[in-house]
Amino acid sequence: METQLELIRGTLDVLILKSLAWGPLHGYGISNLIRQQTDEALLVEEGTLYPALWRLERKNLLEAEWGLSENNRKAKYYTLTPEGRRHLRAESKLWEAYAAAVGKMLSATHRPEES
Amino acid sequence: MPVPMWRRYARFLGVDLKADVDDELAFHLEQKIDDLVAQRGCSRKEARREALRQFGDLRSIRQTGHRHARRKERQMRLRDHLGLFARDLQFALRTLIRKERGFAAISVLTLALGIAANTAVFSVVNTIVLRPLPFPDSDRLVWFSGGRDTIENRPKTSGLSAVTYQVAAFRAIQETNRSFAQLASYNPYFGSGDYTVSGLSGEAQSVSGVMIDSDFLPALGVHPLLGRNITAAECRAGGARSVLLSHAMWQRQFGGDPRILGRGLTLNKQAYTIAGVLPASFDFGAVFSPGLSFDIFVPGDLDEMSRWGNTLAIVGRLKPGVTIEQAQREADTLIPQLQRDGRWKWGDYTSSLTGLKEHVTGKTRRSLTVLWGAVGLILLLVCVNLSNLMLARAAARRAEFALRSALGAGLGSLFRQLLAESATLATAGSLLGAAVAWAFTTYLAQQGSFALPLLHHIRIDVDTLLWTLVLGVTAAVLLSLAPIHGIASHDLQSTLREGSQSTSAGPASERLRGLFVISEVALACVLLFGAGLLLRSFLNVLDVDLGFRPAQAAVMRIDFDDQGKAELRGPIFERILSRVTALPGIEAAGVADMLPLGRNRSWGLEAKGRTYSPGHRGDAIIRVVTPGYFAAMGIRLQNGRDFTWADSSTSERVIVINQAAARANWPGEDPVGRIAMVGGREVRVIASLADVRDLSLETHPGPEMYVPITQAGPAGAEMVIRTRLDPGTLAPTLLRTLRELNPAQPAATLRTLQNIVDRAVSPRRFFVLLVSAFAALGLVLAALGIFGVISYSVSRRTQEIGIRMALGASASGVQFSVLASALRLVAAGVVAGGLASYFSGRFLESLLFGTRPTDPVTFIAIALILAAIAVLAGYLPARRASRIDPILALRR
Repeated sequence: METQLELIRGTLDVLILKSLAWGPLHGYGISNLIRQQTDEALLVEEGTLYPALWRLERKNLLEAEWGLSENNRKAKYYTLTPEGRRHLRAESKLWEAYAAAVGKMLSATHRPEES
Repeated sequence: MPVPMWRRYARFLGVDLKADVDDELAFHLEQKIDDLVAQRGCSRKEARREALRQFGDLRSIRQTGHRHARRKERQMRLRDHLGLFARDLQFALRTLIRKERGFAAISVLTLALGIAANTAVFSVVNTIVLRPLPFPDSDRLVWFSGGRDTIENRPKTSGLSAVTYQVAAFRAIQETNRSFAQLASYNPYFGSGDYTVSGLSGEAQSVSGVMIDSDFLPALGVHPLLGRNITAAECRAGGARSVLLSHAMWQRQFGGDPRILGRGLTLNKQAYTIAGVLPASFDFGAVFSPGLSFDIFVPGDLDEMSRWGNTLAIVGRLKPGVTIEQAQREADTLIPQLQRDGRWKWGDYTSSLTGLKEHVTGKTRRSLTVLWGAVGLILLLVCVNLSNLMLARAAARRAEFALRSALGAGLGSLFRQLLAESATLATAGSLLGAAVAWAFTTYLAQQGSFALPLLHHIRIDVDTLLWTLVLGVTAAVLLSLAPIHGIASHDLQSTLREGSQSTSAGPASERLRGLFVISEVALACVLLFGAGLLLRSFLNVLDVDLGFRPAQAAVMRIDFDDQGKAELRGPIFERILSRVTALPGIEAAGVADMLPLGRNRSWGLEAKGRTYSPGHRGDAIIRVVTPGYFAAMGIRLQNGRDFTWADSSTSERVIVINQAAARANWPGEDPVGRIAMVGGREVRVIASLADVRDLSLETHPGPEMYVPITQAGPAGAEMVIRTRLDPGTLAPTLLRTLRELNPAQPAATLRTLQNIVDRAVSPRRFFVLLVSAFAALGLVLAALGIFGVISYSVSRRTQEIGIRMALGASASGVQFSVLASALRLVAAGVVAGGLASYFSGRFLESLLFGTRPTDPVTFIAIALILAAIAVLAGYLPARRASRIDPILALRR
């Protein structure tokens, strides 16, 4: 069985926003960060990463600026806008609640008593 | 909003968003290759292949990126434009306020006038025509108009009695119909101040009331604010007497005290209990009797009324899903069936059913549409006029525009600036216009003197403001069109080369300005012609022979107590009238139960022994009067004698008829001395007199008859006095005299008879006033337009005129040629306007009285007025032209 998980729809946006929570990053950096943070369990493909970035930028959740990378290349760095930060907070809360609920259901051991 | 800093920076670098996408993806690949080389130690070439493989479909990702870039670009461009437009607006505001205050003031004022007229008229149209009646689900309310099958055979002048219902018929229809959720009735034979209220603090006073049945308020969907509706039992013989108060009466008389329920009230000497208070939103008069307001609602005793004849007006609420056509079809079969079944003895109650809204506002719809059209023309005129002004201004500013265009401003930015200017003007004009309209409609809603339905409900609401917004935006766009055309059609660079000397507009814009003036004159012509026709009709109406003389006569409602006995009635009125006529300054006095142009009822009248064609209905309007009434009203007796007090309840029954009744029943003969049949009884005709305009000023009178008060029961008593004194000074004396004879006489106002006539023509007066005001406004605008164009062309042709004068043209010759050019424009406008009037005149036809929509006199008058205006508007520039000094002009 593969150890890499398929991304569930709609989660990519939150992951991107979260990865930018520590500071500006370029697209490549974002994909690396997600991979490392999830212990290589989640792999973000370029074909989905960039369109998502551009979409978030147009929605004003991200801001982009050209800068120099560690090895002196011109790279496009993304930063969270205040709106993006707010969005991240709201989405995280939703996800935690969702995950907890699904977890509870799946870890249930017996039928609930009829009351 | 200023352009954001980063955008300027980006522009400076010439950044391309698409290239950004490519760079971004390229960076990703490079970075990946570096990492692969470091991790796996393979060659860069291998690493690149691996990176590309991992990347997937690079091309489609790039395309997605480019799409995003395009969208973003568009977004930014829009934001930039908005920012620039905001800056343009600021600039326009500054220019208009600081440099061109005069131009701005004139434009804003004329626009405000146009917008105010449109907003105000729209609010009237909206209230009366567009908005539903102020009842829930009012589209299900239906009005019954009776006597449909005989209405053709019957004089159209028989009034209310011809279209109302007997109680028996109403009850039969109410019980058997299946189309209506509720069928309700009220008694429409009310007047103003029918009821005398006593038992309150202060003296007795008269109030207006209407008798309704217990279904009336539920059918309309009106719920009492306090207390309860009247009950069915209260609408029967021997039922308890309760009364509902209008909100206004409750506030006025009881200070809005909620504890009045159950309190007693004496109405016409009978004790009533206050059962409820109706909400302020319920305005009976506004819907059913425009121009009157009602204070109390009394249960109508249907058992009592069933003995009286046609007494009820019927309103129904359709069941959900039933259409008015279905209800009409049911009525067409049901009502004749009920009659065959003998549910009532006589009378034709075949009915036409119309929506209540149609019944209430149908008559004013045409007038309002005309009014709406007139203000539309006004706004058009305003826009044309201002366009002309803008065009002249654009010509003067050509140098400025040329300079700006030379400095790199594109046509787009010049257009944007012009649009910003006209938007600024239109906004200011709309705001001012809305404020003026608000003041006007507030004033109008408080007017009691115009008998128009729903007038009190007129206000500026959201719909109206939206309409104003639409007009404002339209005006802004229209205003910027002319100068934009002016710029676009002209080579700006050449202007710059020619230098500041050339301030002339091109021949194209000259032609455009001429066209503008012609259309202004044409529009004004249409307006003036319409107003002229309406004014002429109004004058014709005022000129109508009423059959009585309203001047120097006044009316007061009086109270009497005859205990229902005819033999007591004569002496009571004889005493009252002898005392009143003895007062100094009173020339004549008389009493009638109903006055012309007010309420009315009709009875059958036939010549004895004459056979009439089958289906003939000899209805005549009947008034119960005292001796002296004809003299007091100024009704001319043609033949015979007035009633005297000797015509008593025991003497021979007598009537007086009018000319129309004489013609209808005794054609070619003298009716005096003949025997007529009225209500199955023989009566002797003792006189014939002039036809009185009973129903309206416009309707030719039909048969009318007068019965002495001693021989028939009067439905109220209105005392008419003829006097040269001012009614205001006379009223207290009169009231004191009446109170000496009858302490219960309520405080009543002494209205002039002229007041009653004025009220009857008030809708016509209302429209004529407004349309004439709009026409005058149109005339002023057209005059300004002519003046503007002619004086502009004179200033432009200064050199040419100078040369002509140097070559020997006389001052008067120059003046004449300038005036002639003004007249030429007007003539073209009049021809165009005349054609338009000819076709639009038919629309006015139903509103006219005594004149035709192609009335040549009016048209010639209008053409002459316009010619005079042209001469007036052309005179100043012509004089200026004739004073041009050839030397100075040539030296320029």
